[in-house]
Amino acid sequence: MDKSFSYLEELGSSRNELIKALQMIQNREGYVSDDGIRAAAEHFSLSAADVEGVLTFYAQFKRNKPGKYEINICDGTACHIKGAPLIQEWISAELGIKDGETTSDGVFSLCVVACLGCCSLAPVMAVNGKVYGQLDRKKLIKILNEYRKKEA
Amino acid sequence: MAEIKRIKIGAASCGLAAGAGEVVTAFRALDLSYPVVETGCIGHCYAEPIVEVELTDGSSIFYSHVKGDEKNVNDILALGEENRFTVSAERQKLEKLMVTRLAGRIDPKDMEEYKANGGFSSLAKAFEMGSEAVIENMKKSGLRGRGGAGFSTGMKWGFLAAKKDTEKIMICNADEGDPGAFMDRSLMESVPFQVLEGMLIGAFATGASRLFIYCRAEYPLAIKHLKIAIDKICEAKLNLFPGRDKALEIVIKEGAGAFVCGEETAMIASLEGRRGQPRFRPPFPTDRGWNSFPTSINNVETFANVPVVLADVDAFTALGTPGNTGTKIFALAGDLKYPGLVEVPMGVTLADIVYTIGGAEKGAVKAVQTGGPSGGCIPAEEFGARVDYDSLKALGAIVGSGGLIIIGNDRCMVETARYFLDFTHRESCGKCTFCRVGTMRMYETMERIVAGKGVPEDIDFLEDLGQKIRKGSLCALGQTAPNPVLSTLRYFRHEYEAHVVDKYCPAKVCPALSDVAVEETKCIKCNLCRKGCPVGAISSDIKVDNSKCTRCNSCIEICPKKAISRVKKGTGFDSSK
Ligand SMILES: Cc1cc2nc3c(=O)[nH]c(=O)nc-3n(C[C@H](O)[C@H](O)[C@H](O)COP(=O)(O)O)c2cc1C
Ligand code: FES
Repeated sequence: MDKSFSYLEELGSSRNELIKALQMIQNREGYVSDDGIRAAAEHFSLSAADVEGVLTFYAQFKRNKPGKYEINICDGTACHIKGAPLIQEWISAELGIKDGETTSDGVFSLCVVACLGCCSLAPVMAVNGKVYGQLDRKKLIKILNEYRKKEA
Repeated sequence: MAEIKRIKIGAASCGLAAGAGEVVTAFRALDLSYPVVETGCIGHCYAEPIVEVELTDGSSIFYSHVKGDEKNVNDILALGEENRFTVSAERQKLEKLMVTRLAGRIDPKDMEEYKANGGFSSLAKAFEMGSEAVIENMKKSGLRGRGGAGFSTGMKWGFLAAKKDTEKIMICNADEGDPGAFMDRSLMESVPFQVLEGMLIGAFATGASRLFIYCRAEYPLAIKHLKIAIDKICEAKLNLFPGRDKALEIVIKEGAGAFVCGEETAMIASLEGRRGQPRFRPPFPTDRGWNSFPTSINNVETFANVPVVLADVDAFTALGTPGNTGTKIFALAGDLKYPGLVEVPMGVTLADIVYTIGGAEKGAVKAVQTGGPSGGCIPAEEFGARVDYDSLKALGAIVGSGGLIIIGNDRCMVETARYFLDFTHRESCGKCTFCRVGTMRMYETMERIVAGKGVPEDIDFLEDLGQKIRKGSLCALGQTAPNPVLSTLRYFRHEYEAHVVDKYCPAKVCPALSDVAVEETKCIKCNLCRKGCPVGAISSDIKVDNSKCTRCNSCIEICPKKAISRVKKGTGFDSSK
């Protein structure tokens, strides 16, 4: 097996751990590459197609490299009725990316998720896990600009 | 005079998102002579960040909307009057804090504090009375599963206990997939030891040898607190039950973002490293579950109820209504003043929750959506209904997990129903036809209607297909997916008719059916709207070009004279015509 995935050894060889293995790969690399799929398949003695089949079932897994700042915009019920679709539109217009895409400079990626559990602060988004609530256009642009400044 | 004993800062996800982290840093920087601890959520999420000052005489003073600045912090340390936070007497009368008694009041990571507040006394009691008596007591309490289906917990445990297999599995369903619900998150973050005590009691009573907690990955703080609590429990050997030679294994598994994995057979498949597709029941998991071992699945709130139930069964059954005993935690969100969590006895009315507790304005609310994407909406005229499993079912909705989304008058019910179908059709696992294809067809029809391309026949089609999906789907995801449409059709049919017949959105929400227009007599030409428009759709003579406008509402919100509003499609200005 590819040496760079040797950390999978700690999981044991039972198939029960397949999802955990994919999560470990994604945690380290930001996404699951073809090599990652092959390594997981080999580790659990499964076919690569079997592994890919499991992976594609779950929304969490990414097959493309995400940006440095991952924007998760919530479109759960509370956020939706509080205007999440507009927030999404504004981010898309600002950054030129849609759901699931990454900016060409690799700085931002955008992912629409359902509910971050902070519904009382709707509409909500998270940038690399940090949650921002009660968003409106002004607040949103300010937050994006702060991240942009960090990169400039 | 009483002195400060301890400062407590609500630092659950809701508090942190509101800025509790900075508040903690500010207090800690002062090197105070008393402890500053991070607690969980007391349910009043609208008031976050919340600081509780514990005094030596046993009383507490609460502060809301705390900022981490010097003035605010000093003010609190001097027990100032500003920003003090109290709960209204009306709300206190309705609330009954049983399961959430300790939530937000203790340090979630401190086992000793949990113990000092009665923690693990129910586990000790369980050991004393023996497993059969525990199950008897659970049955007697009438506790129904809080995960949605409302099945008797005592009976489920009885099925598992009767199995003679050497390996038996217990799973805590912490997937909380209903978007807009956050009771389980709050419990895991605020009182992880209580949730785990419930699981230990369950494992003891049923003879389970292995325990899984399947938690959604979007809840990192809940996972962190559970891990800490599990380590401390194992260290104290509380997972080694009397009469057993092997300690109970407790494992946290992170979900990977699939709503259907909240369904029990799908969850089991996911825990086996497979695609999370449900399977036909029977056999029920208690007969054939994880890797074929007998398995019982319960929800987080159900487990958190268990220590409360065992502590005093009679006190528990005294609450609620016959057949619906105890309390329920509801998550309030949407168009109301006080979003957050509230624990009330089963059987209070929707009006109590929405108006008295939630602070929603009477007359400004048109409906409440219960049970998320599998639930239904209930119109304001029916808010006299009691909230329990059976009454809501009669209204075409469900209690579900306990999420309540309050929908204001200015929302479109058709668009709201479309949103839920958008969610369910994407989350359909694809295994059975009615759910896979049926929800897709319903969704396409809803899309057409909100885009102004609906025809009157669409309404009958939705009703007919909805009934068929209900009957023909394999699991409850499909069986309940038509509920939001069917219930809005039942109570808000006129909104559908307006969309398909008059091509008019009464709430003026649907962009394809509304324009934005400036009322010239009110406009003072201040130009704020023109500067604020992100797409440059407003001209120098303050006219909105509806062919450019994205209906983002920026101008409507910014206008100081309320001169801009949405109007019926075709009655605003459009440069392309
Ligand atoms: C599509 C679907 C999603 C579900 N999601 C959840 C969930 O997120 N949390 C939960 O506790 N139960 C969920 N359930 C209900 C579970 O299948 C199961 O009834 C419940 O976990 C049993 O626990 P209880 O008896 O303690 O309520 C879901 C059911 C379906 C059909
Ligand atoms: S719906 Fe957005 S955080 Fe829950």
